[in-house]
Amino acid sequence: MYFLRRLLMSIPLLLVISFLSFGLLHLAPGGPFDRDRKPATPDVERNIKRKYHQDDPFWKQYLRYLGVGYDREANGKIHWFEGGLIRGDFGPSYIYRDHTVNDIIVQGLPVSLSLGFMAFGFALGIGLPLGFFTAVQRGKWGDYAGSFFAVLVVCIPGLVIGPVLVVVFAIHFRWFPVALWETPWHAVLPMIALGLYFAGRVARLMREGMLNVMQSEFITAARAKGMSETTLLLKHGVRIAILPVLSYSGPLLADLLTGSFVIENIFQIPGLGTPIVNGSLNRDYPVVVGLVILYAVLLIALNLLVDLAYMMLDRRVKYE
Amino acid sequence: MNLPTNPPLPRRRFRRIPKAAALLVCGFSLLFTDCVRREPRADIVIVNGIEPETLDPALVLGVSEGRIVSGLFEGLTRVNPKTALPDPGLASHWEISPDGRIYTFHLRTNLVWSTGEPITSADVVYSWIRALKPETASEYAGQLFYLKNAEDFNSGKIKDPNLVGVHAIDPYTVRVELTNPTAFFLDLCAFPTLEVVPRQTIEKYGDKWIMAKPLPSSGPYEMMFWHLNDRIRLRKNPRYWDAANTRIEVADFLPLGSPITALNLYETGGVDLVWDKDLVPTELLDVLMKRPDFHSYTILGTYFIRCNTTRKPFNDVRVRQALGYAIDRERITKKITRAGEVPATHFTPPGIGHYHAPEGLGYDPDKARKLLAEAGYPGGKGFPRFTYMFNASAGGASLIHAKIAVELQQMWRDTLGIDMELRQVEWKVYLSDENKLDYDTSRDSWIGDYNDPDTFLNLFMTDGGNNRTGWGDPHYDDLIRSADKENDPAKRQKYLYEAESILLTNGPVIPIFYYVGFNYYHTNIIHGIYENVLDNHPLNAIWKTPATPTKH
Repeated sequence: MYFLRRLLMSIPLLLVISFLSFGLLHLAPGGPFDRDRKPATPDVERNIKRKYHQDDPFWKQYLRYLGVGYDREANGKIHWFEGGLIRGDFGPSYIYRDHTVNDIIVQGLPVSLSLGFMAFGFALGIGLPLGFFTAVQRGKWGDYAGSFFAVLVVCIPGLVIGPVLVVVFAIHFRWFPVALWETPWHAVLPMIALGLYFAGRVARLMREGMLNVMQSEFITAARAKGMSETTLLLKHGVRIAILPVLSYSGPLLADLLTGSFVIENIFQIPGLGTPIVNGSLNRDYPVVVGLVILYAVLLIALNLLVDLAYMMLDRRVKYE
Repeated sequence: MNLPTNPPLPRRRFRRIPKAAALLVCGFSLLFTDCVRREPRADIVIVNGIEPETLDPALVLGVSEGRIVSGLFEGLTRVNPKTALPDPGLASHWEISPDGRIYTFHLRTNLVWSTGEPITSADVVYSWIRALKPETASEYAGQLFYLKNAEDFNSGKIKDPNLVGVHAIDPYTVRVELTNPTAFFLDLCAFPTLEVVPRQTIEKYGDKWIMAKPLPSSGPYEMMFWHLNDRIRLRKNPRYWDAANTRIEVADFLPLGSPITALNLYETGGVDLVWDKDLVPTELLDVLMKRPDFHSYTILGTYFIRCNTTRKPFNDVRVRQALGYAIDRERITKKITRAGEVPATHFTPPGIGHYHAPEGLGYDPDKARKLLAEAGYPGGKGFPRFTYMFNASAGGASLIHAKIAVELQQMWRDTLGIDMELRQVEWKVYLSDENKLDYDTSRDSWIGDYNDPDTFLNLFMTDGGNNRTGWGDPHYDDLIRSADKENDPAKRQKYLYEAESILLTNGPVIPIFYYVGFNYYHTNIIHGIYENVLDNHPLNAIWKTPATPTKH
């Protein structure tokens, strides 16, 4: 029941998000058809605005985007809007005029999803063991070295990591291609560049979690019972220590799956990070609003999944 | 929080969750990487600049898009790869009436679409009328306004397309009627807006016709696929009239935003050719410019400053001239741009067709100080603080704008004793402020559409959309209009020369340097690319020889 209610609640939430992103974009100065070269006559400009209904009042543009409402012709004939958000149609792109927003998502999402999942796997694969290790080694050199590494990768942005990886592994050693998106080999460097920061975050969270757990009473009790240290750490400790990582995973995954402009730009990857940034610079309203909604849907869905997983891992948690 | 009464899950299932999750993640990753495309490498891989906004000839605006579009579609004329002047294209020859207003084009009789249907004069008429139709919403419809009644048809004042000055006399003859003799009309016939497009496909697929499969093309290439932000692949069109001279079979165009990535791909052999002036890795220019595979040459583009002549003190011509005389342009091209740019004293770039520009204003600090003193600001005393607006964007080349701004600030302070404030704004804000005349001074640039001074000088007609300085002079407007109507090249040159002289001495715009085209490729492998002023390199003129690149 609880989850059904949350699903239903997300519908008005998405509406609010669509309205806000639509409205904020329209508030920004300049429009999609302001260019450095003005058309020959004002009529030419008017033709373009009319084609994309930019000459309508704001509320009508929004309703048209949703797909609710109608146009009335001079002779009184009524045309109901076709497409629109409620029919799953994100509309045309104003800048990439041969494509619709749906085309852009269909082509970019699989790429962003695969890169995102790989980077997620990489972040957890490196972060969890590293966090565990540094917690166990607390106060010894292993802890210092591991924690130093974790803090280091959190501090260096992808903008720096990416080119460094390219110079070392693609240009110097020639192990991997420098850019583009063709074979699985092409995905390795971007995966690392994208995942490394999050690996550091996960390691920090995991270390904190482990340290907290190891001081709790049930661990002391188990230890008093004579349970081996390994069983204690792996079986009882990790299970609770992983919870902060879990709650961080939802937004993390949503972030990774929707693409990163910086990484896509460095490695020339056809994901969704580039369209959303260029879309906002170009005031390509439908592209930006469409991708914002996509991001919101992912975020809502993943947070819901995280809560489900929480309930499974920690039996004290129940949702009413 | 409820204390547990019953464990909600049996222990066994519970233990498997992390493993299951790990498997899931791995599985997904494998699944998706496997989906990644693996096509054979194209014969030539070209880095072409940012992702094309469109490949519809009627809608294309940018130079980089134009290079792909002109591979797919052809006009009555086509661009000569060496001279950038018009050569016969779909039309094999033509006659021009003595008054220069009537053109009779004769199409080749062996023309077919890549899908096999014949191309006739009706297709030409359809394509031009389509570009003019209000519903097509072509931003470059103005390229056709030289045709009789074209402007009124575009604005909707005339509904009947038969009144527009283009008609099919017979299947192989097109008669074009112009309002004025237009010296550069044959140049325009090679421009994307006037290229010939397939009617049936457009009527069937509407706005998304360019993605139709198969897509009939009239040019030397046909489309294989267009993966957004990934690549566009073209394949030789064997039915093109000049297919015998098309040597590259398959060509890839990569959209890249990062100059460093472009260079990395080139150096590791992933691409053969990089041709975009915005993909210059400015940090490495000093090293790269010495290499034999890096080529730069002046093109029809000018980098300049606009002055808002509706604001004090820039409403005083002496102030504007003082600003211009105080700029050491050579310092800017030698220290900042560094790709072989030529300092500009006049607005129209050198080498432009049928024209020699007036001398213009150079670097003269003494004269600058004198003029500023005459305007009432000796030594810059009493001169108000003003702003210089320039745009920021994601590309690498845009750093140039900031560096030039800082340099100008220094030059004007040192020479004139005036204080300028830098105002860096986002691209759309920049455009909107410039349009509203909400700025003091601002950087700008203009790239010519065709090889004639008109594409530069008609900007500054009073109240023209691209004027954006508030400046206007009826005499200037008259001279440009007279040049438009003139059929005699010598007289036309005289009108335009006089007009440009007026523009330069009035100084609403201060030219800084002329842009260069910037390519890199190994000249012993890639052939058929020439350094022309339009920076236009038709794909069908290019060929490749298998050779090992020279070591650097």
